[in-house]
Amino acid sequence: MLKIENITKTFNAGTVNEKVALRGVSLHLKEGDFVTVIGGNGAGKSTMLNAVAGVWGVDSGTITIGGVDVTKLPEYKRAKYIGRVFQDPMMGTAATMQIEENLALAARRGKPRGLRAGITKAERESYREQLKILDLGLEDRMTTKVGLLSGGQRQALTLLMATLQQPKLLLLDEHTAALDPKTADKVLTATQKIVEKSNLTTLMITHNMRDAIAYGNRLIMMYDGRIVVDVSGEEKKNLTVEQLLSLFSKASGSDEVSDKLVLS
Amino acid sequence: MTSFLNALPGAVSQGLIWGIMAIGLYITYRILNLSDLTVDGSFCTGGVVCVMLMVNGCNVWVAMLGAFLAGVLTGLVTGFFHTKCGIPAILAGILTQLGLWSVNLAIMGMKANTALNVNNYELLVSLRYLQDVNKGNRPFYQHPIFVVGVVTAAVVAVLYWFFGTERGASLRATGANENMARAQGINTNVNKVLGLALANGLVAFSGALLCQYQSYAEINMGRGAIVIGLASIIIGEVAFGRIFRNFAMKLLSVSLGAVIYYIVIQAVISLLKIDSNYLKLISALIVAVFLAVPYWNENYFRPWKEKYFPKRAKAAKKEG
Repeated sequence: MLKIENITKTFNAGTVNEKVALRGVSLHLKEGDFVTVIGGNGAGKSTMLNAVAGVWGVDSGTITIGGVDVTKLPEYKRAKYIGRVFQDPMMGTAATMQIEENLALAARRGKPRGLRAGITKAERESYREQLKILDLGLEDRMTTKVGLLSGGQRQALTLLMATLQQPKLLLLDEHTAALDPKTADKVLTATQKIVEKSNLTTLMITHNMRDAIAYGNRLIMMYDGRIVVDVSGEEKKNLTVEQLLSLFSKASGSDEVSDKLVLS
Repeated sequence: MTSFLNALPGAVSQGLIWGIMAIGLYITYRILNLSDLTVDGSFCTGGVVCVMLMVNGCNVWVAMLGAFLAGVLTGLVTGFFHTKCGIPAILAGILTQLGLWSVNLAIMGMKANTALNVNNYELLVSLRYLQDVNKGNRPFYQHPIFVVGVVTAAVVAVLYWFFGTERGASLRATGANENMARAQGINTNVNKVLGLALANGLVAFSGALLCQYQSYAEINMGRGAIVIGLASIIIGEVAFGRIFRNFAMKLLSVSLGAVIYYIVIQAVISLLKIDSNYLKLISALIVAVFLAVPYWNENYFRPWKEKYFPKRAKAAKKEG
């Protein structure tokens, strides 16, 4: 479903602030794969996700989604294939617009936007049903401005928006990092439910090792712009945090960063 | 006092005309979250295009359409500077505005003003018609307040419809959260250009009405338009923000804000007998104060209140 071939990215090339973020990353995802991504700060996790989403172009390499080469496509065109939830709860929704208006915008992802009604009556009914899945009582507040919702509610709503129009690929960039533990659990449970329901191909960054092990069928670890650990199947199921740490120390050749990783 | 009351219908008419300009500015300033300074130029462009078309024999409606399209063009230029050349919106608008100075002069054949004699043309609005209606020489529906009122209602209705469509909603999303808009597959650059074009079209349309009303176009007529527009938006929000929640009513409150602004200005001229050349200074100061109030509230008054009246501050927070 997703094919990343040897992508590289350097920020501020040729200046004192030069930062090599990706040093040749390759990753293949099969349809229905749920991959968790871990790694320390500056490892290149978000850079890889943003490269796939098209926030900026890569310096070399190619990205293919469902057989379509999207390497040169601008962000808004790639959105046709990709659902995204950001780390910052403010980023995924329009605060000054109503819940149902946000959903209606998301339902038209990848479709031409003309002069038809921005939201129809039939849509409203279907949104009400889908909001019930989140179990947050939002189905009774459809005309509330999103800015009045809590961070957790906004993340859950963004998640629903990302999957309303079934994406070929779901990108989750530490989408529970800004939430309190209880809310984070709720949002993760909702994530699991939605991903399983539609068998979505998913790439989820997390800083929580336990979550990385508990969710998904494959785990990758990044270090210094490279993928250094890649486990899946039975091996991943039986993984423990200690094993993960030792895998990381071996791959990176040091253990100084390891304690930074354990935030759980 | 009598002079003020006599001038009141004229002030309301002018306020309604500028209100249409302010509604255009509302599209960029509030909906798209862009500070567009093109308006000082495009307002004048609308005026001069309308007058020159009429002087050269065009029907008033054709002239108004021409003015609107000319305004759209100025918006496209600013949009091009902003989205295709990477120039910040505020600077892109200033560049267009500066360039339009020459363009506007050229349209008028390098003259600083052109008259539009009310006796020779059938106009949509005119100060003369206002006087005629008062004397009973013309039917009430030619009164500028009535005509511009109807035009405003039509503009509000069309915008209300447009911003409810798929495209209109995507425009609102572009202004509300660009990251989100792009993630939802919205081409934010196209939307910004579209919004700038639409807004400046309305601004030019308003300029065309003002030229007819005052029977001439002149090169300085748009100077300070942005400030009048901002004043109208802010006065409208302060005065009606708590009662008008609906989008159409919000647009209407912008127009009413412009009316209030012109009534106040008229009061200053008639009652305080201030030299009208000081008006721009007064306008600038009034708008500065209104823009500053939310900031002052947040940074000075609230900490002060919390320090000396903690109970009252808490109660206000709960309400708020």
